[in-house]
Amino acid sequence: MDAGLLAQFVANGLMLGMMYALVAVGFTLFFGVLDVIKFSHGDVLTVGTFAGFSTFLGLKAIGVANPWVQVAAVMLIACGAMAILGALIARYLVMPLKGAPALNVLLLTLMLGTVLRESVRLFFPDGANPKPFPKLLPTDALALGSFTLRLDSAILFVAGLAVIVAIHLLINRTKLGLAIRAVAQDEETAKTMGINFTLIVLATFALGSGVAAFAGIMNGLYYNEINFGMGLLLGVIGFSAAIIGGLGNIYGAILGGFLFAALQTLSVVALPFASAYKDVFAFAVVIVLMTIWPTGLIAEKTSERV
Amino acid sequence: MKPIRTTLAALAAAAVMTGFTPGAAEAAKQKVKVVFIGPLTGGTSANGLGGRNSADLAVKLRNADAKAKYEYEMVVLDDECKPAVGVQVATKAASDKAIIVGVTHYCSVVAVSTVDTYNKFELPVVVWGAVLPEITYGHTYKEINRVNGTMINQNATNAKFSTGLGYKKFAVIHDTSDYGKGHNKYFSENLVKNGGQILGTFGVTTDQQDFNAELTKIKALNADALYFGGLTPIGVRIRSQMDKLGIKANFIGTSGIISDAFIEGLGPLAEGILAFREGAPVDKLPGGKFFMEKYTAAKYGEPPDAYGPFAFAAMTLALDTIEKVGPDRKKVRDELRKTKDRDSIIGPITFDDHGQNTYAAISKYVVQDKKWVVWEDSEYASGKRKLAGR
Repeated sequence: MDAGLLAQFVANGLMLGMMYALVAVGFTLFFGVLDVIKFSHGDVLTVGTFAGFSTFLGLKAIGVANPWVQVAAVMLIACGAMAILGALIARYLVMPLKGAPALNVLLLTLMLGTVLRESVRLFFPDGANPKPFPKLLPTDALALGSFTLRLDSAILFVAGLAVIVAIHLLINRTKLGLAIRAVAQDEETAKTMGINFTLIVLATFALGSGVAAFAGIMNGLYYNEINFGMGLLLGVIGFSAAIIGGLGNIYGAILGGFLFAALQTLSVVALPFASAYKDVFAFAVVIVLMTIWPTGLIAEKTSERV
Repeated sequence: MKPIRTTLAALAAAAVMTGFTPGAAEAAKQKVKVVFIGPLTGGTSANGLGGRNSADLAVKLRNADAKAKYEYEMVVLDDECKPAVGVQVATKAASDKAIIVGVTHYCSVVAVSTVDTYNKFELPVVVWGAVLPEITYGHTYKEINRVNGTMINQNATNAKFSTGLGYKKFAVIHDTSDYGKGHNKYFSENLVKNGGQILGTFGVTTDQQDFNAELTKIKALNADALYFGGLTPIGVRIRSQMDKLGIKANFIGTSGIISDAFIEGLGPLAEGILAFREGAPVDKLPGGKFFMEKYTAAKYGEPPDAYGPFAFAAMTLALDTIEKVGPDRKKVRDELRKTKDRDSIIGPITFDDHGQNTYAAISKYVVQDKKWVVWEDSEYASGKRKLAGR
């Protein structure tokens, strides 16, 4: 295999990993503050992407043609709207079930995911069909032998990286981040320290859902195609990535996302005729890794279960 | 004794009154139930909803016809393009004895898994969209008929035509369902027969999102064309990701991508894509214009899509048969099998001893200016435009 081709595989894998990582971060954040698995996460991503797509259609209708303005507005509205939706889900669906077994939240969000997904299909005009997502970023391509680097992919990757750095700074350098970490470690103590528990939970869900919307728009800009079922598999993979990295740990989730993408790409590259089995391969490896490190590659620093 | 006799007399009188009062008999035609099954939710629901509307149109037109002997009610069930759900709803429909005939399934994986159910419950059905050969040829059940052709014919035509255009070296991507595997098998066999060559074959799952890894490998293979055996949703994804990677090979598909959704999903990237479908093009038949006029007049929320005319033809055939022999499953089953040279909006229908429509003219399509255009009418055939990779 020549170097250009290898570089192409690496670039593909990194892009895929970035999207998985951004979804996984949401799962890990929610688990961190409330110890819940929110299975509607992937479908929130879908709704966010369609919200962004509608924004684009709206802008086009009123005659805003500058692609940078469009991208900014699409991102802003998608992430903003999903942050609100995430907070609403937390406030009215997840928090009331706080005392109930974790299984109930899991089931409830699983059903909510179906409701969201089917709503997009039913209520978005022609929602059952795949939609062409606009190419809002410059599509110049740099061809180095068999390696094609597209400017839009590069921009998306850098933007994804920036989001991850921003989350890192938010969690580690701000008061809000400190409060989120405090709640994640010990809810009762955090409350006695004067932290507004409800507000922090809502903020965390808003953050995770906003990031999911970002991943969704990124997905749309990268593939230029969106559909109502796009969040389903992304949700499952994001969840697996969060688990394998160590649920509750943000860096674990990011690592898990890239690891999963690497496994998928590797199976197509290295195993002959294996492309049909790439998910089987990737998930099988995840299972093996989970039996070796049951708490994930980077476990939560303080475990309440001890 | 007397009261009973009086009651009997009254009952008899009542029966006579209702039975013979003119007008009352006309107003209350006997009600007959038929069923439509297709994917109404999920990725292929655009085809399913178009099929449902088209079948519904056939029923409505019949009910509006004063000469019809019965009043028809169409039960609609959703198979979600999933075999397990398909068997469930097929059982539901077949066990309802009021239902006389079914117009069933767009997805091959569903259609092939429900044939036993229809046979067991003796419900005659006409398949309206699924193309896997085994649906009619995998058994000897008298209940199963199909108005559309099989994938064998379309792939034979495809391989011959594509190699004739000069596409010799192919990469193949197919989904790993029976449907995709069947397409891969028949296309590959026929391609080799026509002097073509398969450089690489990639199976993918029906819900896969990212094809960059497969496509990067395909890029290195330097194929003339990529053959895709699968349905619209992942077809759209593969084509748009090919563009991202700068793959110049043309995209050649099956009847599974001939849908409005495919073109809508791709926009300008759909230009020059080839695909093949059995049956004559609807707009070329006298009945096609009639169908489109009626369909537009009925103001359905969704377009009929590519297989709507087949659903319409299947339902019309089913209703004709009931009109002829009456609402009796066994009689309808035997009569349906005798269908020979019947005119329909999709061309003549003749069932062979497996219930397969033997009219297997394959139409070649190319996307030109965001429309599926019959090859012979296209600017690509006249040489005005050139296909990718040629």
